[in-house]
Amino acid sequence: MATTSKPSVSSLFPITVILLAVVVAWYGLTVYLNAPGAIERVLDALGPWTWQDLVNATLNMQRPVLPAPHQVAADLWTSLVDWPLDSPRNLLYHVAVTGESTLVGFAMGTALGLVLSICIVHSRTLDRALLPWVVASQSVPVLAIAPIVLVILGSMGFSGVAPKAVIAMYLCFFPVTVAMVQGLRSPQVIETEMMHTYAASRWQALWMLRLPAALPFLFPALRVGIAAGLVGAMVAELPTGAQAGLGARLLTGSYYGQTIQIWSALVMSALLGLTLTGIVATIETLVLGNRRQA
Amino acid sequence: MTQSPLLSQASTVPAVQVTQASLIYNPLQAPVHALADIDLSIAPGEFVSLIGPSGCGKTTLLRVIADLEHITSGSVLVNGVSPHEARLARAYGYVFQAPALFPWRTVLGNVKLPLQIQGRSSAECDAIARQHIERVGLSGFETKYPWQLSGGMQQRASIARALSFEPRILMMDEPFGALDEITRDRLNEQLQQLWQRERRTVVFVTHSIAEAVYLSTRIVVMSPRPGRIVRVIESTLPDERHLGLRDSPEFVALAHAVREALADGHDE
Amino acid sequence: MTQSNSHPTGSSGLMTAGLVLGSLALAFVFLGSSLASNETPKDVLFWSAAAGLSFLAVWGIRRLAAIEGHAAFASLTATVFGLWIVYFWQLLTVALDVPRVLLPAPWLIMQSLWEHVPTLTRDFFQTVVKAVVTGWVLGCSLGFGVALAIDRLPFLQRGLLPIASLTSTIPLVGVAPIAVMWFGFDWQSKAAVVVLMTFFPMLVSTLAGLQASNRLERELMHSYAANYGRTLWSLRLPSAVPFLFSALKVNATLALIGAIVAEFFGSPTSGLGFRISTEATRMNMPLVWAAVVVSAVTGSLVYAILVAWERRIAFWHPSIRGQR
Repeated sequence: MATTSKPSVSSLFPITVILLAVVVAWYGLTVYLNAPGAIERVLDALGPWTWQDLVNATLNMQRPVLPAPHQVAADLWTSLVDWPLDSPRNLLYHVAVTGESTLVGFAMGTALGLVLSICIVHSRTLDRALLPWVVASQSVPVLAIAPIVLVILGSMGFSGVAPKAVIAMYLCFFPVTVAMVQGLRSPQVIETEMMHTYAASRWQALWMLRLPAALPFLFPALRVGIAAGLVGAMVAELPTGAQAGLGARLLTGSYYGQTIQIWSALVMSALLGLTLTGIVATIETLVLGNRRQA
Repeated sequence: MTQSPLLSQASTVPAVQVTQASLIYNPLQAPVHALADIDLSIAPGEFVSLIGPSGCGKTTLLRVIADLEHITSGSVLVNGVSPHEARLARAYGYVFQAPALFPWRTVLGNVKLPLQIQGRSSAECDAIARQHIERVGLSGFETKYPWQLSGGMQQRASIARALSFEPRILMMDEPFGALDEITRDRLNEQLQQLWQRERRTVVFVTHSIAEAVYLSTRIVVMSPRPGRIVRVIESTLPDERHLGLRDSPEFVALAHAVREALADGHDE
Repeated sequence: MTQSNSHPTGSSGLMTAGLVLGSLALAFVFLGSSLASNETPKDVLFWSAAAGLSFLAVWGIRRLAAIEGHAAFASLTATVFGLWIVYFWQLLTVALDVPRVLLPAPWLIMQSLWEHVPTLTRDFFQTVVKAVVTGWVLGCSLGFGVALAIDRLPFLQRGLLPIASLTSTIPLVGVAPIAVMWFGFDWQSKAAVVVLMTFFPMLVSTLAGLQASNRLERELMHSYAANYGRTLWSLRLPSAVPFLFSALKVNATLALIGAIVAEFFGSPTSGLGFRISTEATRMNMPLVWAAVVVSAVTGSLVYAILVAWERRIAFWHPSIRGQR
């Protein structure tokens, strides 16, 4: 996919305008969607009502079809502030659970992908036998295997972080491997021939030419990988009776019809995704600096 | 033709000795005779230009000497050993058509590259690199990145890099081809002065007659299909050269001779 | 520089073919023999035979990989490799009597596929035909349409583009429970999730594609006094085609994943995702694997169709031309 465009100063104003428009539209939609339920349950019982009453009622329902922004914000706030950090009532607790699995899986998947890509680039056998399968896996819904992985690891006695990390791991592994192979092969013939004239060993050529040349390919894949790992970790929380983690919160919220809880968990997972990707993007800027082609 | 004065060196081993070398691509299906029975001997300290139209094998010959390609028959010796051994012994520096500088290294970092590969100490690499950057006139640009330099400066940096480990032989494949004429002239002059000072053996591929005549002690004219040497022209110009020389009658006569040889090669 | 490798013709090619086919035949025989059955205790004989076979397999693959020449040899190497993996999977699960809840043998999976064709077909229709296709078509069209609509509004573009790119970092599948609440348990809620997931990549890619035409060519159209619509139709849309296809391909995978995972969150009694998660809870692993195989094959086929379609329409683009 196209690289994420970094917001520049000139686009800050349009972005703000659009976000404000989204919030306004959200409020409007809240009133519209909650109206039938509000009218039926709340207002008719109290006698004649005005538009003001309707708006008031729809924006503050207990079990709304669509919670208003301030309701979601309030729920987030109470969850973060009113409960200690190790309580399951605090969303940060769930963020930590999901985040931990994501990061562990991401680290393992990236390491594995790096090692495998280096092996593939240096071995013709692996390149022809294994790489086509790795590339083909990108068009296959690999996430569908998650329940199988959970069952296998569960019956082997693994629970908790491990199975979720494994799922996050293989979701990160594929994009990283493909991108690194592409990156390690990106140096032009003229550059590899130059290393040849210096009688550089394969290891020196890897360390001094191929790896630095591969970094601009690695980081977009890392951003994709960590986002995919997060989805994997959340999905992995679903089948196991949904105890802890953001995916679990989403599921329990939907079981008990707690709309606001669902939205809070969703907002939190979006923030987690943004934070994780943001960290990778920051590391990318630090490492790549303002590197440009000559 | 008077012999151009050669620096007397202790060894009489030719820097490059090519004997009946041939290179045939695709021998079974559609044979292409890139090189056909090339005989060439280059003494240490000479500046030899290979000139000819596209496809005449001049770059191929250079690459064969540099162990970037392999002949199918004949022999090539560099400093008395095979090109492969010469490469491993780091006997030559190669300058490509494009600067091929690594965008993630500064100018200093790029010039240090071959020294680091050879395993020299960090302090040594630094000192030697700075020395050579100064010699090509890029002092003050050590901390710049390649994309901050002009085309001519990038090519100078790549020359500094090729010279940094002091190889006895320098091979250059149309290094100034991508530059405008004015920059090219200036770099030609600088290369001339460099060669004057250090008297390395230079094998230089070009398709500019003026460049070949200006820089070389000997001009090898080649022609294509099959790639072969048409004529070898010894230069009558004095060792000390400056750009003004290009209007002198000697220069014009040499250029004429080269032009004729090229035309002959074309007609054959 | 790499030395040129052996030609594929002649004795070395024949030997490689013989090696590969011969070892495959041996493998087949071994599998059928009593040594490999789960009743015979596993001793040195079994393990040395298995080790010998794996050595032959690796040797055959290495020889295949070393062959230069026609691109068919490259895909052949990958195919043979895949075949050997499946073979050893079958051999080891049968011979070591691996419990089928842990890892069923490939043959069992095929049997389960065959047995459950009606169920799986219904699931396929529910997930792929109804949810995925509807959602993908709708999401891509919306993304394309909105991009066209804001093509002449740079203010909106500057505002939407960063937001749209950022949505690729958030787990959009999480809206599945909300979609279920709004659209019910049936395929419509899954399609809604797919629409959301495919909309943004299409929007970003279309916008990028519309900027892709070169300045020189746009000035040419200007010199012909071509209006906005004409320039769009004759120049900017064709230039955008490679970007559009890239997004269509990415979206196809996203759509399939989105629909299946959305079903993990809750679904009526059919659907590939539903099948996978419920049968996994019941430990009916062969059926789970069968459903996974159906999903995987669907994903690959759809991708292949899109690639073929792209080759026909974007035949002029260097990336497609270079493959010839």
